[in-house]
Amino acid sequence: MLEIDRIDAGYGRAQVLRGLSLRISPGEILCLLGRNGAGKTTTMKAIMGLLPLTGGQVRLDGQVISELPAHRVAGAGIGYIPQGRRLFSELTVAQNLEIGLRVKNSGPEVLEGVLELFPRLRERMGQRAQTLSGGEQQMLATARALCVEPRYLLLDEPTEGLQPSMIEAIRQVVVVMRDRGVGVLLVEQRVDAVLSVADRVAFIENGRNLETVAADDLRRDHSVIERHLGV
Amino acid sequence: MSDGARSLALHGALLALLLAGAFVLPAYHHGVLARVMVLSVYAAGYNIMFGYTGLLSLGHALFFAAGMYGMGLAVQHGGVTPALGLLAGLGCGLAVAFALGLLALRTAGVAFMIVTLMFAQAGYLTVLYFGPYTRGDEGFVLQGAQRVLFGFDLSDAGVRYIAALILFAAVLVGVLALVRSRFGRVLVAIRENEERARMLGYDTFAHKLGAVVISGGIAALAGAAYGLLFGYVGATFASVQYSIFPLLWVLLGGAGTVIGPFLGTLFMFYLIDLSSGYTSAYMLIAGVVLVALTLFAPQGLAGELRRRIWRGLP
Repeated sequence: MLEIDRIDAGYGRAQVLRGLSLRISPGEILCLLGRNGAGKTTTMKAIMGLLPLTGGQVRLDGQVISELPAHRVAGAGIGYIPQGRRLFSELTVAQNLEIGLRVKNSGPEVLEGVLELFPRLRERMGQRAQTLSGGEQQMLATARALCVEPRYLLLDEPTEGLQPSMIEAIRQVVVVMRDRGVGVLLVEQRVDAVLSVADRVAFIENGRNLETVAADDLRRDHSVIERHLGV
Repeated sequence: MSDGARSLALHGALLALLLAGAFVLPAYHHGVLARVMVLSVYAAGYNIMFGYTGLLSLGHALFFAAGMYGMGLAVQHGGVTPALGLLAGLGCGLAVAFALGLLALRTAGVAFMIVTLMFAQAGYLTVLYFGPYTRGDEGFVLQGAQRVLFGFDLSDAGVRYIAALILFAAVLVGVLALVRSRFGRVLVAIRENEERARMLGYDTFAHKLGAVVISGGIAALAGAAYGLLFGYVGATFASVQYSIFPLLWVLLGGAGTVIGPFLGTLFMFYLIDLSSGYTSAYMLIAGVVLVALTLFAPQGLAGELRRRIWRGLP
């Protein structure tokens, strides 16, 4: 269980998150929805230890991880794929994946498991990362995070700017990861993309929780979405 | 041929050529090459930080001089054997690099350049300040008996060449092993995108500190060896000029390649050497060539080789 417990965080004097709480269980996809500037990306950075918390705690299976340095948070089993992908662009696909594998000195079977999810990458192993298409770059960024075998995965708008077939491919992978028991925190702008994968949806505004509802209920009744996201 | 075999062939061939050079080169070029080999060890150390980790230091003369004076003072005033002197030089370099790394790595980018530059200047002034021991600008000469290493007299040109080659080969092999190791791969990841490397779970500060210590250690070893092989220890080697040299050599030869530092050092040495044979304005020729290289081969000589012929060049 990944628990975000009433955290406060922000940039310098500008406080963004105010007493925000979330819980993600293994094998669950929790979606974070909110208007621009609601604090979605900030939430992810705060979990990863990239921003100092001014209040509250982040716990992983009961252990407080919000006091660890950022690289230890990642090492504890949380994978983060930021918006805009961020690859080691001069390196090849294989080298990018290798950096991920070497974090825990994982064997070839881990790489094999990851490449099963992304057959496209297998054909591109010797190619430099910066020459991949946008969708392939997103696949590579995701694949590299999976090479570390995280128990929880934070995805910041993974489908932004991608063509529909790529969006579908990424969606499939997220679902497979969930079925393998990984807990996923997903930030998305597009409500339809969220509803097709999410188990639960957390609405936030101005860095505060509004409500968290089961995705099934949202699919039946769209009025909650209009209320929180409608212009 | 696999990348490993090609790399073995290329670097093995270089070492074999240099060994052959010991027997066939005319005296002048023989001497030049011994000097270039030691200086390219210095450049190889610089390359660990600049080429592989992406840390641009403007103060590497501090490490070179730490090695040179660590060795020189121990031999001259401590009366230790040259072998112990080399160790003393290496130890000084490692200690200085560790201390500087702890402080300077709290900064990044331009600030890092300035901090390293300032520490190196402080080091240079320290050498001058302790003039009674270091003899300041004038420096001091190591006498013949102080330069006998394991029974080999380093003032002999033939012995000196072989000693330089052994040092060069050891560092070349060491750097090759380093860049192929997990540690080396992580350094490249840090160079490409430090934040990402951290988010994958790597302690980037510890890796960068390791890079500074290894880089400083190799530079110090080069400094100590230079002093011992050529019998002279002086403050010039601590000056800012000697911080810029390795940067130039590495840029010319190809940053982030194992063979680049040697190519760059060799190229630069002969460029100045040959052009000064034709005109007294040799720095003008050198400058124009440097500008041309920067324009047409911005990745350096080995960088071009990597771009055009062999992508897997380590």
